[in-house]
Amino acid sequence: MKELIEKLSSKYELQEVVYQRDNLVFAAISKENAIEAVTYLRDYEGYTHLVMMSCVDWIEDGKYQLLYLLHNPKLKNDIGIKVYIDRENPEMVSAHHLWKSVWTYQREMHESFGIVFPGSPRLEENFVVEGWDETPFMRRDFDTHEYAEKTYFPRGNRKTNDPAEYMRKKLYPNQPVTAKQRKDDK
Amino acid sequence: MNIYAKLAYTILGFLIVLNWGFLMGATMRKIGARMAGRHGIPFKQPWINLFKSISTRTVITHGIMYYIGPVFRLTGGIGLFLFMPMVFTGSPDGPWTNFSFEGDLILIMYFNVFGMLGMALGAGEGGHPYAAMGITRGLAQHAAVELPLTLAFLSIAIQFDTFSIYKIVEAQQGGIMHWVLFTNPFAAAAIILAMLGALGHSPFNLVKAPNEILIGPATEYEGTYLGFMMSAGATLHVMEAVLFMNLVFGGATSWLELIVKSFLIYFWSVFVGMVFPRFKIEQSVTWFFKVPLLLGVLAVIIFMF
Amino acid sequence: MSELDLNNKTSEMLANSEANVKNSKKNFTRPEDEKREVVAPDGSIIEVNPLYDYFSNEKPKEEKPRGGVVEKFLNWARAESIWVLGFGTGCGSIEIPPLVTPRFDMFRYGVQMRPTPRQSNAFIISGYLSVKTLKRVIRTYEQMPSPKYILALGSCTINGGMYYDSYSTINRLDKYIPVDVYIAGCMPRPEALLHGFVKLKQLIKEGKAEKANEYARNFDEYKANQKKIIKDWNMPDYNW
Repeated sequence: MKELIEKLSSKYELQEVVYQRDNLVFAAISKENAIEAVTYLRDYEGYTHLVMMSCVDWIEDGKYQLLYLLHNPKLKNDIGIKVYIDRENPEMVSAHHLWKSVWTYQREMHESFGIVFPGSPRLEENFVVEGWDETPFMRRDFDTHEYAEKTYFPRGNRKTNDPAEYMRKKLYPNQPVTAKQRKDDK
Repeated sequence: MNIYAKLAYTILGFLIVLNWGFLMGATMRKIGARMAGRHGIPFKQPWINLFKSISTRTVITHGIMYYIGPVFRLTGGIGLFLFMPMVFTGSPDGPWTNFSFEGDLILIMYFNVFGMLGMALGAGEGGHPYAAMGITRGLAQHAAVELPLTLAFLSIAIQFDTFSIYKIVEAQQGGIMHWVLFTNPFAAAAIILAMLGALGHSPFNLVKAPNEILIGPATEYEGTYLGFMMSAGATLHVMEAVLFMNLVFGGATSWLELIVKSFLIYFWSVFVGMVFPRFKIEQSVTWFFKVPLLLGVLAVIIFMF
Repeated sequence: MSELDLNNKTSEMLANSEANVKNSKKNFTRPEDEKREVVAPDGSIIEVNPLYDYFSNEKPKEEKPRGGVVEKFLNWARAESIWVLGFGTGCGSIEIPPLVTPRFDMFRYGVQMRPTPRQSNAFIISGYLSVKTLKRVIRTYEQMPSPKYILALGSCTINGGMYYDSYSTINRLDKYIPVDVYIAGCMPRPEALLHGFVKLKQLIKEGKAEKANEYARNFDEYKANQKKIIKDWNMPDYNW
C-alpha cells in the first residue's frame, strides 16, 4: 500500500493518509483532482471495483465528506478516497461515467443530502421517499423527531421502561436489589 | 316420460350435483390439508364462501361482457349437466338421463370450451393485464388438453359406432371387462392423462392458482360474480368427472355409484397434484403434446382399421 | 345530505387538493397527468384532466346493514369466511406465512389468503407503514369490496413503535384508515394474530365491524389527513 500512496502523492496532493489495516488505506484528495485520481486508480492500478460511495455530514466544519471505496481484486486490498466539499453549496463532479452503480449512489445522495452532481443521469428521480419537499432528511440540521411530531399525529404519553428493571419489579417486587444488579443497570 | 316430471328430475339432479361439487371440493382440500399435517378447512366452508360472496355490499362492474363472463361459465356447467345422462336406469327415457340425445357427445365437447371462452370475454373486458395474461395461458393449456381428449372421444365413438353417451354407457354394462378402460385401453389412457389438465388440479393449475402472481381470469371478479364462478367451478368438476365416468368407467347405475366413481376420478387428479409440483405453461403444453396426444392418435388409428 | 350538497363538497375537495399541490414547494404531477386543453379533430377545444377523467371519483356511500335475522346470518357467513389480502407492508408480514403451516393453520378458522384486493375483505397492516407504502395501502383499501376489515399488527401501527421519530413512518394508523382490531406487540407472535382473527370474528358476529361505513361517513377528514402527508398525490381521490 505504501508504494501506491507514494505513487499517488507524486501526482496529487494527499492529506490525512491513514493506514487502517494492512490492506486498507484512506486518503483525502481535493475536489478538483478526486475523480481524476479515481479514474487513474481504476484504469492503471487495477482498482476496478467500486465497493461503495458514502457521504458524512460534518456539520461543525461546514463540510460534507464523500468517500469512494475502491477494491483491487488481484491484490485483494482497498483504498478509500475522501473528498471534502462545501456544505453551503454542495456540488461535486459526477463519476457516473466510471461505474453504472454510481448513478444510484449519486441519486441517493442527492435525495438524502441535497448534493448536486451535474450531468448525472436520473438524478432528480425518487429514491426512497416520494414527494419530499423539506430539508434533505439525512442532514444533521434536520430534526426528524420534531418533523414526526409535527406531521404524524403522535399519540403522546410514550413511556419507556428498562426491560430488566421492569420485569424485576413485576416478578420479584419484595426482593432487595443487589449491588451487582445496580451496577448492571448503570 | 312427462316433460314436467323430467324437468323436476333435472332440477333436483342439478342441486345434487352442485352440492356434491361443493362437498367434493371441500373434501379434496381437507385431504390436501391432512397430507400436510393440518386440520384444513371445515366441510361447510364452500357454502359459507358462497353466502359471503353474495352478501358483498359494493360490487363494481366493467361492462356487459364482464357480467356475462361468469354467466357463460355457469352456463357451460349447466349445459354439460343438461345433456349428460347421469344415472343408467335401462331406458333412454329414464328419470336421470336429463335431455341427452343422439350425438350429445359433440355438444358436450362444445360446452367444455364454452365456459373458458366466456371467461376470456369477461376477463378481457375487466381490463386487468394479469387477467389477459391468465386467459392467454388458460386457452393455451386448454387447447393442449382438448386435442388428446377429442382424439380419445373420437376413438370411443368409432368403437361403438355412435355419438350418444347413453349408448356408450349402455354398451359398457354387464361387468367390469366391458368397460372402455379394458376394451379400448389406449383411448382410456389418453383420457386418464388428459383428464388431469381438464380438471385443473395441481401440476396443471397455473392458470387459476391463487398464489401465483396472477390469479388468472378471476383477478377483477368479486362478490356475486365470484359466487357464480365458485358454483360454476363446483358443477364443472363434478360434470367432467361424470363425463369421464360415462365414457371410460362404465357409467353409474345409481347415485351412490356415481358419487363414489366421480369422487375416485376427481381424487386421481388430486392424488397426482399432491405428488407433483406445479408446471409452467410451456411445460404442461409440451407434456400434453407428448404422451397423451400419442396415445390418442394410436387409439384412433387402431379403431380406424 | 342532498345531491347538491354532495356535489358542492366534492368540488370543494378537488379545489382543496389542487391548492395542496400548489402549497407544496415542488410540483410532483407528471406532465402527462396535468390539466390541459386538447383540440379535437373537429376543431373544438376539450379540457382534459387525466387524474379525474380516467377514474371514478364518486365518493363512497354509507351502506346501511339490513338488520334482522338476514343480516345476522350474513354476518355469520362473513365472520366464518375471512379472506385476507396477501399484501405485507412491513416487517410484520413475516408473521403471516407461519399461519398456513401445520402448527398454526388458520384455515380451520375460515381464514384464507387471496391475491387480489377485489376478492379479499380483510387487510393486515403488518407493522410499520412508511408514507410511500401508505399511498399504496389507501389505493388497495379503497378497491376492496365493502364490508372490509383492517387488522393493525404490531405497535408501529398504534403509536409508531420504535419508529415514532422517523421522518418517513406514520405514527397512528387510525388517522388515515379506520382500524377494526389492533394486535399489540413488537412483533406479535402468530398466536396473537390468530387471536386477532378470533376477536375480529366476534366483532363481525356482533355487527360492530362496520368501519367501511365509518370511512365513508368521515371521508373528508380521512382524505385531508392522507393528503397532508402524501404530497405527490397523483391519483384520483377515490377509485374502486
